[in-house]
Amino acid sequence: MAERPSPNQTVFAPWTDPDAVPLIRIEGVTKRFGDFTAIDNIDLNIYRREFFALLGPSGCGKTTLMRMLAGFETPTEGRISIDEQDMAGVAPNRRAVNMMFQSYALFPHLSVWENIAFGLRRDGADKDKIAARVEEMLKLVQLERFARRKPHQISGGQRQRVALARSLAKAPKLLLLDEPLGALDKKLRQDTQFELMDIQEKTGTTFVIVTHDQEEAMTVASRVAVMDNGRIMQVATPAEIYEQPNSVYVADFIGDVNLIEGRVSSIDEGRATLDWAEGQHPITGQASGSLSKGGRATFAVRPEKLYISREEPTERTNRVWGKILDIGYLGNLSTYHVETTGGQVIKCEMINVSRIDRRDYTWDDEVWLSWSDTAGLVLPE
Amino acid sequence: MKRLSAFNVVSLTLGFAFLYIPMLILVIYSFNESRLVTVWAGFSTKWYGELFRNEAMIDAAWVTLQVAFFSSTIATVLGTMAAYVLVRQGRFMGRTLFSGMIYAPLVMPEVITGLSLLLLFIAIGLDRGIVTIVLAHTTFAMCYVSVVVSSRLVSFDQSLEEAALDLGATPFEAFRLVTLPIIAPAVISGWLLAFTLSLDDLVIASFTAGPSATTLPIKIFSSVRLGVSPEINALSTIIIGIVTVGVISASLISKRAITKRIREEQAAV
Amino acid sequence: MMRRLLIAVPYGWLLLLFLVPFLIVLKISLSDIALSIPPYTPTLDLSEGWAGIRDFFSALDFENFTFLTTDDLYWKAYLSSLQIALISTLLTLLVGFPIAYGMARAPVEWRPALMMLVILPFWTSFLIRVYAWIGILSNEGFLNQFLMWIGLVDEPLTILNTNIAVYVGIVYTYLPFMILPVYATLEKMDESLLEAAEDLGCTRNQAFWFVTVPLSRPGVIAGCFLVFIPALGEFVIPSLLGGSQTLMIGKVLWEEFFSNRDWPVASAVAIILLLILIVPIVLFQRNQQKQAEANS
Repeated sequence: MAERPSPNQTVFAPWTDPDAVPLIRIEGVTKRFGDFTAIDNIDLNIYRREFFALLGPSGCGKTTLMRMLAGFETPTEGRISIDEQDMAGVAPNRRAVNMMFQSYALFPHLSVWENIAFGLRRDGADKDKIAARVEEMLKLVQLERFARRKPHQISGGQRQRVALARSLAKAPKLLLLDEPLGALDKKLRQDTQFELMDIQEKTGTTFVIVTHDQEEAMTVASRVAVMDNGRIMQVATPAEIYEQPNSVYVADFIGDVNLIEGRVSSIDEGRATLDWAEGQHPITGQASGSLSKGGRATFAVRPEKLYISREEPTERTNRVWGKILDIGYLGNLSTYHVETTGGQVIKCEMINVSRIDRRDYTWDDEVWLSWSDTAGLVLPE
Repeated sequence: MKRLSAFNVVSLTLGFAFLYIPMLILVIYSFNESRLVTVWAGFSTKWYGELFRNEAMIDAAWVTLQVAFFSSTIATVLGTMAAYVLVRQGRFMGRTLFSGMIYAPLVMPEVITGLSLLLLFIAIGLDRGIVTIVLAHTTFAMCYVSVVVSSRLVSFDQSLEEAALDLGATPFEAFRLVTLPIIAPAVISGWLLAFTLSLDDLVIASFTAGPSATTLPIKIFSSVRLGVSPEINALSTIIIGIVTVGVISASLISKRAITKRIREEQAAV
Repeated sequence: MMRRLLIAVPYGWLLLLFLVPFLIVLKISLSDIALSIPPYTPTLDLSEGWAGIRDFFSALDFENFTFLTTDDLYWKAYLSSLQIALISTLLTLLVGFPIAYGMARAPVEWRPALMMLVILPFWTSFLIRVYAWIGILSNEGFLNQFLMWIGLVDEPLTILNTNIAVYVGIVYTYLPFMILPVYATLEKMDESLLEAAEDLGCTRNQAFWFVTVPLSRPGVIAGCFLVFIPALGEFVIPSLLGGSQTLMIGKVLWEEFFSNRDWPVASAVAIILLLILIVPIVLFQRNQQKQAEANS
């Protein structure tokens, strides 16, 4: 078990320190393939020892951005520097950056041992040093017993670890991981996420991971950049991304969310109130971004922040009346889909504290959904 | 995203130049006025005329076509049977010997195949002529057909045949109505391969042909041994032309079939 | 019943027209030459019953094989065939590999056309493709005209009727057999392996030698055997392009049979050639099997 951090230990957050020097500076980078703009004027700083995630749907440009860091693509415009050195014109083999490929790209004609030693041999280190480093890496990923096997003689999870060991062997300043867990099944993926974090901590290497799996990004990363259409939508810690999404896109992409469209009726001390349907109470939430009174906006609230009840919770301003359309029983929690009079379906998640035989609600029951003033966000269109 | 380097471009250019320039020269000089094949003396089609007046050559061509047609047709039937036996019939007595006899002729030097068949025909007292060449060509061509067809059969979902049997077809009906239509492209390319191999063969035909039947390659060989001749250039040009048209149209037909299929599949989604 | 017929017809055909002829060659290789029709002895005479069979077998011997070892023409021809086949196989690899490599790196939409360009010559007559080189390599041929025109040589080089012409002929006619298997292995190679090698510190050149070349090995081996095996028994190329000093066993066998009419010796030559061929054929089979297993 890791030691509990002492109260006076500072939290790891170099991006909040204005004096901190970033390891990677991406400044005004654009990448075009013919007419297609894969990366659209991105600025981004990544700091030493960070575990940084590039998150987005396929085709959003995250892989292109990573390949530019590795040196396989060159920016059409803008500048990328690593450790204060401009990377323009530096070939992939001359960068202190290593990459773990999505397909692992293990050399099929070489054994596990030789795969890990491959990069070290290119540096011309002496034999004993290489052997020692390979053994160290094998130990790190717990594959000592499989050193002599060829890649096709080991399991998918083991291959993933060989690929990791191979890319870490040269002790790069920066390790890039392209969908590193994509090929593993769900259970193994979860275990491996923690293993990755553990290894990142042990080696102190800066990791940049590309993934389309938001749970994975949230679990492993210190910061997440949510990307769409070649642009970065938001860069923040997982908690901020989840609790303070800056746009409807981010709110919708990360986790489950109820989106209710309406018109802003008042803005007051960081709170905004939204009229959204005939005969329903207006709803209030934290105001975000540039809202204007009378303008259209979207109210975003997570299903687990909602409370379901039979009686009208008059003490709460945010309350909505509707009929249960569907009930999903997931074991640890139940999801209720409630249809309001206007036809809007709102999801609500309740933790199943008690056993199922005491389930209170059933289909077509008329219920109230309510939530606190701080639970939801009002986002501009 | 592949990177075609200057080295790649140069090696492709030189490589294809090496493959095609000799044939191109052959074609160009078939239209040469002069009998000297290496000196250009003006355009003429007279060697084509000479070629068509050369009755021995025309006879040989006719014999060759007959041999190729009969041997490739028989070889296709036998080779398809052999492939079906090898892929679908499981174990039987002497299976190893059978598959050995299918693969051995593919690597057997032609001189040995020719010699051994000739010795057989003499031993059983069969007069050499078209029949013996057909027998010889059928034997080695059926092995090629069988290899082509069995590679298609291997990748073919056996449950289709089982479904046909399940729906009441006899094994023969299942083969005729289900298997054969699906493997038909492989059977056709097997036939084409057998036909070409037969047209092309010099060595085996030389052993098994008698004085009564001379094939075109034998004729060409004996004339070429004496040196180059513009008539042979003309003949070569005709052959190259037929093959080029044939191969290109075959590939266009198959390409069209594939694109049509892809389009239909997309439309169905 | 159907099944039995299905097996019996092709089986019977091959037994009669492949295995039996082969056994006849084996038998005749153990016989003696004779001035008769057929020109060898003994012949099996079943009318004499057991005694005939006994006489028949007692008359067979290895005399022809002993003869092959005493006359240095034969073992020189075997050695020279091996040498020519080996050299031309290496030359074919040298010419074919860059072409296959270029094809594998060409844009995907070009590849079917390039494939067709490689296969097309295979469908045209072998004999014609060999014949084409006579006009190029002869003393007054196009190559010499060209070399003299650019001033590289003053008088024509003698290439036709030498071993060099034989190498050229073999490389030219068997090139597709080398290109296709090499291309097949290069084409299915994962591009990210090269990126991984570069990422780990290789230059483009190093990545080629450390990754591309080792991974193309199965295709290279297959291509080499596909050229070597038929080249060893080649007859047409040495007899059209080679000279009188070009010794190849296929040519020797042909002459032994047609010119000397020594059927027993020709048969013995054939048997030895087959014995020599067994080694590469078995190695080739093993390579193919290994590849098939690796793919599954």
